[in-house]
Amino acid sequence: MSVRSTVIAQFTQVANEQNKRVDSLSDEVVLLDSGLDSLCFAIVVARLEDILDCDPFMTADSIEFPTTVGEFIGLYERAVS
Amino acid sequence: MITSIWQMSDRWLAGRGARISDGLETYALDRFSAQTRFGNRLEELRGKSVLLIARSQLDAVWGMVELDGVARRIIICPPDASDAFAGAAVQIGNADVVVGDSGRSLEECPAELWKFELRQPEDRRAATERTQPTEWVLPTSGTSGPPKLVVHTLATLSAAFSGATHTVKPVSWGTFYDIRRFGGLQILLRTLIGGGSLFLAGAQSTGEFLRTAGGLGVTHISGTPSHWRRVLMAGEPRGAAPDYVRLSGEIADQAILDGLARIFPAARIAHAFASTEAGVAFEVEDGISGFPAGVVEPSNSDVRLEVRNGSLHVRSNRMATHYLGGESPLKDDRGFIDTGDLVERQADRYRFIGRRTGVINVGGLKVHPEEVEAIINRHPSVQMSRVMAKASRITGAIVIAQIMPRAGLGAIDFPAIEEDVIRMCRRGLPAHKVPARIQFVQTLEVGSSGKLVRHHA
Repeated sequence: MSVRSTVIAQFTQVANEQNKRVDSLSDEVVLLDSGLDSLCFAIVVARLEDILDCDPFMTADSIEFPTTVGEFIGLYERAVS
Repeated sequence: MITSIWQMSDRWLAGRGARISDGLETYALDRFSAQTRFGNRLEELRGKSVLLIARSQLDAVWGMVELDGVARRIIICPPDASDAFAGAAVQIGNADVVVGDSGRSLEECPAELWKFELRQPEDRRAATERTQPTEWVLPTSGTSGPPKLVVHTLATLSAAFSGATHTVKPVSWGTFYDIRRFGGLQILLRTLIGGGSLFLAGAQSTGEFLRTAGGLGVTHISGTPSHWRRVLMAGEPRGAAPDYVRLSGEIADQAILDGLARIFPAARIAHAFASTEAGVAFEVEDGISGFPAGVVEPSNSDVRLEVRNGSLHVRSNRMATHYLGGESPLKDDRGFIDTGDLVERQADRYRFIGRRTGVINVGGLKVHPEEVEAIINRHPSVQMSRVMAKASRITGAIVIAQIMPRAGLGAIDFPAIEEDVIRMCRRGLPAHKVPARIQFVQTLEVGSSGKLVRHHA
């Protein structure tokens, strides 16, 4: 499974678990408008660390937070490659 | 010293139409002095211990404002309280009456209790005498077993800012906090006593809240570092341009302070150390995580700090007075509260390094590992479990669990156990306490004391 589909699968699964409604996860969707809350993002990041063996949020002291779904996926694609 | 919100009620008009809003409803502040939600029955609550269990934040504000100086005790029910909370709080807080804003919120309370449902606002017919000293009671933000109730007075809750209220012009506050928790109650009281406006994030998304706050001219915004990380994820601040940005309730790391300085270059950025028990101990505005060692030196200020065995101790006139329920006293012999927050001195600064007691802080909400373990351990296939924090750049920490399955079960269906355990946790706990990840382990270390070995901080 590609990094992209892995990330999207986690978004969808965590949204389901937390009873959050997610309409679209296309690249331009702003994370804050995606329907997921902070706890959802934190869970997604923890699960992705298990699956992809990396946490790009933790590796740098200060990072630019991704603001869109596309940027979030890009952060992982760069970290894994 | 402020002993009643009503002492300052002449200020409710001072801010030229000062108001309070949760994005759904808006009230002019002076409406509180002109109208009542209790009909003509407020006098019947005089001297009573009241559990306030409103679904809506604004209804909770009405209840607090009207009961202040009338009720002997206001016990404020937090928004995510479990079904069992109301019953336990009634007992521990000796509640005589439950005040709520809908039949539904009141249904959860013990049947034999007097229940009062807030009415539609109507004009106040007579002046109310507000001489009764009122205890303001909040539960500790995370508890295992029966809740511990923390008793404050308006004097302790407002001591951190009341000295300045006469000289400071009314400000317009916005907060991500819920006013039924300590962090939000602080901001509500700053507004009611200082005479400004208050805009609550409530159910709005971070983006919506910032946009509207910008449009309303909100100048001061408060939240936890986790709330503010969400703002960073909004990319640009979406119209909000606060003069003052305040963080509290969690450790503010350098990354979040730098991020906020970047998107709000003109704002003062303050991180405060505060807890339900200790009140607001101090705040730092130099943009560096931790706090200057000088803060701990003995001084003439109202707040004394000591570091004992690495743990920050606080003594001040802003602390809660005592606990209701629970065995342990709030303060030691010398009047200090052990905050349980571990600090380490590095050159001329103290940095926060974690919690001594193993309490997990998820976005400002506390989780006791034991309360989660208690639920996991009910599963018939679980021998033992250990609940721990995992660091997160989004919420500070999240909850994860290790499970040691019962021996002699034959083939173990790990996915089925995991699914069951998560379902049990979801049923019994608010979302932030449910483990985000479950790991199965062959053994969990038990120390010579016979207790599960925990590695803190």
